[in-house]
Amino acid sequence: MSVDHTATRVRPPSPPRPGAPAQVRRRVPTWVRLAIAAGLALAVVAGFLVSDTHGYAEVIVPLRIRRLAALILVGWAIALSTVLFQTVTGNRILTPALMGFDALYILIQTSVVFLFSARLLNQTDTRIQFVLETLVMLAFSLTLFRWLFASGRHPIHVLILVGMVFGILFRSLAGFMQRLIDPSEFQSLQNLMFASFTTVDEDLVLVTALVVAVVTAIVVRRLSTYDVLALGAATATNLGVDHRRETTRVLALVAVLVSVSTALVGPITFFGLLVAHAAYQLAGTHRHAVVLPMAGLTAVICLVGGQFLLERILEVTTTLSVVIELVGGLAFIALLIHRARRNLT
Amino acid sequence: MTQTQTQTQSWTQTQGHSPTAPSLQSSAGTPRPRAAVGIRAEGVTKSYGRTVVVDDVSIELPVGGLTALIGPNGAGKSTFLSIAARLLAADHGRVSVDGLDVTTTPGDVMARRLAVLRQDNHLEIRLTVRDLVAFGRFPHSKGRPTPEDLVHVEQAMAYLDLEEYADRYLDELSGGQRQRAFVAMVLCQDTDFVLLDEPLNNLDLRHAVAMMRRLRDAARELGRTVVVVVHDINIASCYADTIVAMCDGQVAASGSPAEIMRSELLEQIYGLEVGVHELDGQLIATYYS
Repeated sequence: MSVDHTATRVRPPSPPRPGAPAQVRRRVPTWVRLAIAAGLALAVVAGFLVSDTHGYAEVIVPLRIRRLAALILVGWAIALSTVLFQTVTGNRILTPALMGFDALYILIQTSVVFLFSARLLNQTDTRIQFVLETLVMLAFSLTLFRWLFASGRHPIHVLILVGMVFGILFRSLAGFMQRLIDPSEFQSLQNLMFASFTTVDEDLVLVTALVVAVVTAIVVRRLSTYDVLALGAATATNLGVDHRRETTRVLALVAVLVSVSTALVGPITFFGLLVAHAAYQLAGTHRHAVVLPMAGLTAVICLVGGQFLLERILEVTTTLSVVIELVGGLAFIALLIHRARRNLT
Repeated sequence: MTQTQTQTQSWTQTQGHSPTAPSLQSSAGTPRPRAAVGIRAEGVTKSYGRTVVVDDVSIELPVGGLTALIGPNGAGKSTFLSIAARLLAADHGRVSVDGLDVTTTPGDVMARRLAVLRQDNHLEIRLTVRDLVAFGRFPHSKGRPTPEDLVHVEQAMAYLDLEEYADRYLDELSGGQRQRAFVAMVLCQDTDFVLLDEPLNNLDLRHAVAMMRRLRDAARELGRTVVVVVHDINIASCYADTIVAMCDGQVAASGSPAEIMRSELLEQIYGLEVGVHELDGQLIATYYS
């Protein structure tokens, strides 16, 4: 009879082990995680500034500050733009760089040189030039990516393919124009087109710092809205968030941030992907209030720390971007494989 | 017997009036004043390419009570529900909920009047059950939950028997548990109108029946208007106050279960031989031949 009883007894849907393991998972609180990241970031920044000054600190430190500022700005811009982009597209493989955002910026720069000649550009203030190019970038990217993302969800492989095609198209168009222009004009363009953390324009640092500060202020006010956006269009709409409008706004912010980082150091394809995924793991929460600063700090640690490591410790002249692309590219492939496996099971 | 089993069984066996049963309090205390006007659709049409999915539907769904939308696959039930919940724009026609036009009313105003859950809810991000349910308070708290909001969250989880999974991640749960978590989020939104597209997806018999009982209680005791798309016509017959039958994008019939549960009508809608029998005071359709 007792055998019968156990056999017919209805079991609960899933075996909930007593003493729920979920409680154990409450690990390091988020503020501690952020504090550790901030501490590390401060440490690498300090190390970058004051190490190996050979007693000429008054001369060397101010020189380094400019480069440091550029590294921090670029890291922060790439981290923010990647996480926000992945939130609105509901996809953690795509990044602005993979979708050809920065190639578009290069194309715009090249077209300006092609149409107006570099001499004219050299006479124009770099800051005004930056603002104008960013505005053009804003208009173009909004049209393009709104059309791509607002008109329903395309499967991921289609989006990656479209991004690759756009990226190649923009790069080839830019390359074509570069071959047509005067060699001396090409020279002035070249500085803009290759990711370089060693040569940074001073005027640009100030104006981009302002732009990044404004964008960050806008983002901070909408953090909880971004949490809702990450739930997808239907759920976000249900919860009262105007999905279309918010997506457009975020894509506009992303376009501005990409302009900043590309103008300062040139395109870096995989860095955003790397820091965004590191931040998702390190933050331990879905909340943008934690994920975004974590991504920004991770980016600063990687860029400043990487530069410090290459220059002072390893004393090699390899550009940092090469190392970043190698590591980031490997991470991208790992992510794709992981995803394919998850979909198969 | 573990504590879990006791809880689960008491949930499925409670009739909803027992003082120990978890209940969802509306913020104004129970029962809340009902909305004056229900969901009203006028000439709603939607087509994809040349296929007309919803064809000039004009209908007024009653205020309060549980309304079931039934009909064969492709009848336009989900599409109509999505249009009524402003998730989808109609090609023609308009829908108003409680007198508010769903397309022109600001999203955050609408989100405090109407909540909707779609069929497939895939998340790219990792959330715990409590995180997800707490999102239901966003229209009220705007991301800064008050202690009152947190009480709502705990109540909604208790209402759907999710307390023991509260800190588990959604991707670690079974389909049915995940489904209940999403329903909890929508109920936590504390709206007069609740629209659910196939809420019984992935639920076993026991949880399906418990879910319908909860929804009926929410409708009857809290004065909410609950609209569900269901496939099982017997579930609709036993739990709904009103049944709306759709076929080929149009409303084929609407009325009380007794008016809809007639074999010639069901045969016409589903194109299948259907017998209707009265069993234990309920109208049950049989269609297994």
